[in-house]
Amino acid sequence: MTLNPSGWRPAAPADVAGEAATVTGNRALMLEEPLIFEIGDEDTTGVDFCLSPLGEMSAQPTEGVDATDTPSGASRHLPQGGGALDGLLRTSPIGLPGLSEPQTVRHYTRLSRQNYAIDLGLFPLGSCTMKHNPRLNEKVARMAGFADVHPLQPRETVQGALEVINELALWLIDLTGMHGVAMSPKAGAHGELCGILCIRAALEARGDARSVVLVPESAHGTNPATAAFAGYKVENIPATREGRVDLAALTARLGPDVAAVMITNPNTCGLFEPEMKAISDAVHAVGGFVYCDGANFNAIVGKVRPGDLGIDAMHINLHKTFSTPHGGGGPGSGPVVLSEALSAFAPLPYTARTADGVVHLIEEEQADRFAREHFGGPLQSFGRMTAFHGQMGMFTRALTYILSHGADGLKQVAEDAVLNANYVLRSLEDLLDAPFAFSGPCMHEAIFSDKGFAEGFSTLDVAKALIDEGFHPMTMYFPLVVHGAMLVEPTETESKANLDQFIAALRSIAERARAGDEGLKAAPVHAPRRRLDETLAARKPVLAYANPVPEGAEGAGAETAAVGGR
Amino acid sequence: MRYLPLSDADRSEMLSVIGASSVDELFRDVPAEARLTGPIEGLPLHASEMAVERHMGALSRKNVAAGDVPFFLGCGAYKHHIPASVDHIIQRGEFLTAYTPYQPEIAQGTLQVLFEFQTQVARLYGCEVANASMYDGSTAMWEAIGMAGRITRRKLAIIHEGVHPHYVAVARTMARFTGDSIADRAPALSADMGVEALIEEIAANEPSCVVVQYPDILGRVADLRPIADACHAKGALLIAVVTEPVALGLLKAPGEMGADIVVGEGQSIGVGLQFGGPYVGLFATREKYVRQMPGRLAGETVDAAGKRGFVLTLSTREQHIRREKATSNICTNSGLCALAFSVHMTLLGEKGLRTLAEINHARAVEAARRLAAIPGVELVNDAFFNEFTLKLPGEARPAVHAMVEKNVLGGVSLGRLYPDEPGLANGLVVAVTEVVSDADVDALEAALREVVS
Repeated sequence: MTLNPSGWRPAAPADVAGEAATVTGNRALMLEEPLIFEIGDEDTTGVDFCLSPLGEMSAQPTEGVDATDTPSGASRHLPQGGGALDGLLRTSPIGLPGLSEPQTVRHYTRLSRQNYAIDLGLFPLGSCTMKHNPRLNEKVARMAGFADVHPLQPRETVQGALEVINELALWLIDLTGMHGVAMSPKAGAHGELCGILCIRAALEARGDARSVVLVPESAHGTNPATAAFAGYKVENIPATREGRVDLAALTARLGPDVAAVMITNPNTCGLFEPEMKAISDAVHAVGGFVYCDGANFNAIVGKVRPGDLGIDAMHINLHKTFSTPHGGGGPGSGPVVLSEALSAFAPLPYTARTADGVVHLIEEEQADRFAREHFGGPLQSFGRMTAFHGQMGMFTRALTYILSHGADGLKQVAEDAVLNANYVLRSLEDLLDAPFAFSGPCMHEAIFSDKGFAEGFSTLDVAKALIDEGFHPMTMYFPLVVHGAMLVEPTETESKANLDQFIAALRSIAERARAGDEGLKAAPVHAPRRRLDETLAARKPVLAYANPVPEGAEGAGAETAAVGGR
Repeated sequence: MRYLPLSDADRSEMLSVIGASSVDELFRDVPAEARLTGPIEGLPLHASEMAVERHMGALSRKNVAAGDVPFFLGCGAYKHHIPASVDHIIQRGEFLTAYTPYQPEIAQGTLQVLFEFQTQVARLYGCEVANASMYDGSTAMWEAIGMAGRITRRKLAIIHEGVHPHYVAVARTMARFTGDSIADRAPALSADMGVEALIEEIAANEPSCVVVQYPDILGRVADLRPIADACHAKGALLIAVVTEPVALGLLKAPGEMGADIVVGEGQSIGVGLQFGGPYVGLFATREKYVRQMPGRLAGETVDAAGKRGFVLTLSTREQHIRREKATSNICTNSGLCALAFSVHMTLLGEKGLRTLAEINHARAVEAARRLAAIPGVELVNDAFFNEFTLKLPGEARPAVHAMVEKNVLGGVSLGRLYPDEPGLANGLVVAVTEVVSDADVDALEAALREVVS
């Protein structure tokens, strides 16, 4: 075994670069796992609907009914007067191949080995916080009283579930210093929409038609998309050389047509906006509201309460700050904390505990009465954002994490996240250009640019080379205000030893990029795939499996068949 | 604080590398008056794994789990058996703790699953293309209405009376802000779905789309072809909503009957009840509309060595590229739930799904027959899949609560879903799936007989 220049990881033997080799030396990882459409068939099933004497799932409820009938046979089970179902029965196959249980487990287990995950190593992603996911959270979420309750069960049978929602809601309110919380948004961007709709509803309630939302150019792409979706005209506000919102430009633009300013704090340049309170005061002075993108709340949880900075609405990505697993892209959960001015407009359903200690789930039917009895006025909610109560499975995980940390541990979370990011920043700034390092400490994420790389070498090359070093790449080319941006957010669950390994790997790659080492262009070579052709994927989209096209036929389908073969 | 690996020695060593005397110095951009000095008052301090598990366990036990009682609730969320291997696979750390597959070389596992999922959904729905999932069925329906508006450049969505009222509420909420108008009404407690009236309404207007649920909130099913024809004659799109995907193991797919966009809830397959979420929204359409479709898409391509691989694609529709001009602000999917759906669907296969659907239907037919024989109780439907509506002699709401006293969760009262419609107060929607045993039906029959007498 040889050591690579960073000195900590076994490198692949030199003679197999580009051939079947992986970081683990396991050739199985280089094999293609066929699609289920190539290995399964329509008569195979991995489940058994048993007619055994255990009998609890009897499939023979009436005499003469054979549950293994073909679809057309099943029409015999129609109730009297029926017949409409007859014409609606499927007559052609769906095309869903099945696998037996061992085949299924092996198929997905093999696929899982082609994924990088937080359980395998560091994800230095800016603004997409990937931290350790405690398994206690998973265990709790699977308790029958949480996992196996229906959203429309009579309320007397779900008091514990309502208490979970309420307990989490109270933590979120206290940690943010806000007045209320809408629990139902399904993800961060859904939460943004919730916050902007609360603002719009509050403005409408006072008969104030405003048309513009101001969004700093460093904002997440969801911010302008959300504002546009809620019917607003979006105007950008530039950033200063220091990577902060240009306060002068912002205040100059404020006026009676501005409904809201959407701001991210700590911002996407990894910096705290020290003038946040002044910004809020200026926006409030013209009658507008302040929306804060709470994606980066993990950097300040327990240290700063957004409510004290004049924020009116902020979504909290539970998976980011409170560790619910990312799951390869979701589900997320995006509760929105609200100021006193906005709370009355929160979407239904919401929860509240009354003076008698009972937790109430408030839906349309009781909402108005409830508002009059307990909040002294008629209902002003802007409506409903999702069919049921939100991401209950995420609430149990987040609450478990919060209780494990407590108020003291959450403060330590923010401190360690910020400490780790500054450690990365200072350990690399002699080699990598750090455009905002002069601005002072960063918060939870460190930002670098591609300045100093040899001509023709890009951030993408550095990112792909990190894969070969055993790390997930950092966020690339974001924020847009930095050329060739590399945004690194280590999070609080990384040890110093992990950070030292990452820093060593990035240093060695940066040195190669500065020296113009052509080998970088080939990276990754130690991954389940080499660089993938994204242009081809977009130009000739193949979005579903098609059965192999007969020989001689042309087009993408034929290629699929040839490459995929069993 | 067992999840924080830094020791105090690490912390001071790191601070010396940084050149800071304390961690508070790193927060110096936060104005002093906004900084909290100690843990927030009134909130408890950290607790052990054992203590937290005990606390959460106590809360869990305050709920009645569906699996512990005779259980008949549906209306958009269904209790089905989930094979043990589904949960095993989604708990593998490489799936559970992976990030969005933006670096495809090390995310082929997730990407191939999404590609397989898209194919399964498209085939189940009878459509050409599906996306990599949405938040849930209700938000998928709203996104479909938005998409129809972009395609037709019209602003009126006609929603059939049988669409889940919470889904309609979501659409109405969103429309209030986007300027779309929504035409809908509450259903009548009748087997007649008002399809003719709907077709007349389509002919008399210029709708962007018509939304029909299949099977609908009362469990009724209608042939979508005449509705599709009426839509297409007026240049409108037909959106079909499916809240119980198991039904499509037995019934014709909406895409096959002319629906242009098919959306719905995937929770029934592989995802538990979970008190309403997370669920998995399914979204499929015709190939020609793919660039107007919201959400993520996995597509096939090749790598530099010529091997087949998968990437996220057509992202030029999305918020991170188009910002305020994006087709949607959606920035995620329901990845892990999509995986659960896909694994369960792979275990079922064509044969298993068909058998599952037939068992559901057969057991529902049998239960309906027995319940309708109770004096004073009428079966509303002539046709249904695994869910049907009973008309009780009195209000269904108190009957549901009275059955709870007998330890039976006997269905969803329409009064809960339509509090302002007195005409629906006597309606009880009963769902019967494969997990319902003969003894469960006995218990429901006895409980209902007693509470209506």
